Amino acid sequence: MPGVLNIILQRLALGLLTLFVVSIVIFVAVNALPGDFAQVILGQGATPEAVATIRRDLGLNEPLVQRYFGWLAAILTGDLGTSFAQLNFQSSMGGGNLKTVASQIAPRFANTMFLAGVTAAIAVPLAVGLGVLAALYRGTVFDRVTNIFTLSSVSSPEFFLAYVLILFLAVLNPLLPSLSNIYDGMALGARLKATMLPALTLTLIVLAQMMRMTRAAIINLLASPYIEMARLKGVTPLRVITRHALPNALAPIINVVALNLAYLITGVVVVEVVFVYPGIGQLFVDAVKIRDIPVVQACCLIFAAAYILLNLTADILSILSNPRLRHPK
Amino acid sequence: MTVVAYALAVLAACLALGWLGRLVAQRLSGNAPRFRDMPLAVAFGHAIAAAALGLAVWVYFRPVVTEAGIPRAGVMFFRWAVQGLAIAALAGFLFRLAGRHLGPDASRRMFRDMPLTAAFGILTVLTYAVVALFAAQLAPHGQAEIFAQVNVLPGGNPATGGNPAFPLGTDQIGRDLLSRLIYGAQNTVGIAFVTTCLAFFLGGTLGFLAAALGGWLDQVLSRGVDVLMAIPSLIFALLLMTIASAWAGSEKWLLTVYMIVIIAVIDATRVFRLARAVAMNIVVMDFFEAARLRGEGLRYLIFREVLPNAQAPLLAEFGLRFCFVFLTIASLSFLGVGIQPPLADWGTMVRDLAQFINFAAFSPLTATLPLLAAGAIALLTVAVNFVVDWMLQKSSGLRE
Repeated sequence: MPGVLNIILQRLALGLLTLFVVSIVIFVAVNALPGDFAQVILGQGATPEAVATIRRDLGLNEPLVQRYFGWLAAILTGDLGTSFAQLNFQSSMGGGNLKTVASQIAPRFANTMFLAGVTAAIAVPLAVGLGVLAALYRGTVFDRVTNIFTLSSVSSPEFFLAYVLILFLAVLNPLLPSLSNIYDGMALGARLKATMLPALTLTLIVLAQMMRMTRAAIINLLASPYIEMARLKGVTPLRVITRHALPNALAPIINVVALNLAYLITGVVVVEVVFVYPGIGQLFVDAVKIRDIPVVQACCLIFAAAYILLNLTADILSILSNPRLRHPK
Repeated sequence: MTVVAYALAVLAACLALGWLGRLVAQRLSGNAPRFRDMPLAVAFGHAIAAAALGLAVWVYFRPVVTEAGIPRAGVMFFRWAVQGLAIAALAGFLFRLAGRHLGPDASRRMFRDMPLTAAFGILTVLTYAVVALFAAQLAPHGQAEIFAQVNVLPGGNPATGGNPAFPLGTDQIGRDLLSRLIYGAQNTVGIAFVTTCLAFFLGGTLGFLAAALGGWLDQVLSRGVDVLMAIPSLIFALLLMTIASAWAGSEKWLLTVYMIVIIAVIDATRVFRLARAVAMNIVVMDFFEAARLRGEGLRYLIFREVLPNAQAPLLAEFGLRFCFVFLTIASLSFLGVGIQPPLADWGTMVRDLAQFINFAAFSPLTATLPLLAAGAIALLTVAVNFVVDWMLQKSSGLRE
């Protein structure tokens, strides 16, 4: 096993390096803003003295490299800075408790993870199940209908699917709420109900690719001799799939599941806006609209980190589940 | 919970129906092997399909208005969907039929073995192109023209709050929605097309260069692309749009230009990957080596040796890339940071009209407005996907 451990450590180091470079990209991009933060915070009518004060408070007078490492060090200790909206509020109202970006993001991050979790819990079994069925009955009407249906759902924009679901499940048949009103201390059942429509929308988005990959992986395997052997000795078709094909198809399936969960990270932004779901995606879009740079920066970094992490997981899992990759020549 | 119990009961009924149906079929057909060896699961599947079909027929033929005179919106939507699907299939079929008998020999041969989905896809793409090119002639009004009649309901019937001059009604500030929908084809599709072309120009050129020259240029470009691809594209686009909006200030049209450049650069990274991978396979071929030894210039190598041999995968990638760019632009506009007013575009229209969906129960026509704009986006991406699917299948089929 030391070989495997080495590979995993290598991948982890590579992931960390990528994240480091990504943080540089984000920092440089944000510093390409015209004028400076102080001007952005205080708006057009700011006096030069006020601008100078804010500049000093934010440390904007230091050179770029030094500021970058200061920012990085702060992030590593969990300090993501203070949102401009909060700073502005404080300077106009005076005093008061400042909400840091970290304390703004934390509860919303938990909400988003909950949404992603519910989506995965629905989408993964459904996709694998449908994929197995489509492989089992390939070429039939069932196969073709699921194919066209999933292809259409994956190529539609997220908001189209969201509004169609709202139309049928919330407006015409009031089964589920069309706005996800999530608050602290909500009972799990109510919370699940409020999360259901966004989760279903996301499911439709990621379902197609997972299903198609499962189907392709299993069909690929069905041509191999040991499947033929199992079939000839009289094993039922379902058992051939579950006992002989599925375990060997696990590697590509796990890989595509992890990659699609990474795709969820992007899909979550639009879906959260449609359903007013209090997650990190909505916070991000709101911050983009009012140009609240610290929040934008922090959200961007979190999204990128999650994305890199999931891709890394896909990579490592596919190495672990494939002996040929486990012992590279 | 009652919904779950109901669903379970329906499934159980389907299972019983499947078992019974198989039994009856076995008896009637004299125990034909087809029914004798049919697993219960398959019979169950057939029963579910039959039940779904029966339900669909029943819903389709329900009266659209209840005895009390209230419209049954669900039935209406279902009828429209079925009719739309039938019209789409018929149009695709007729288009393929026409293609088989008209035009030059080469195109006739192409149409001969084309699946219906691909024919429908090509027809749809052509229709969009025509609407986009002749939007000014097709639209009854200008895209930013404001009328005194605000909030006119769709339908064009004065009795139900419509106006014959505005078949789809007007919005809150009195702009004709049909005209905006037609101009949306020009703006949304046009901008997406320009962006994709730019992304291909950038990514393709750099990818070919990296493959042809190799060395440090290849290393620098590839590692740079790796880093850019580590950030999810929509997130990165939103981050850059924040900065672009500060640069653009109050010049709204400038923001649209920035958006084109930003999305083009982000998508160029994906094109770069493919172009480089395809070109890598070409530069190791003998004919390329021969051309290089002949002393041909870089331009000749790329345009005469690499490009013609990379056409098929790049063309398919162009279709898919267009879909991604189109969806990204629509999403950005939907979020309010994409194409800016007064330009009409579908993403913004969906956001502005979204609230009408709540009127579905008493005014189904009004509720379709946001879905119409969103559906226009979905239809084009589905159509392009159908065409690309067919092209990929054809090119891989020829290779075998």
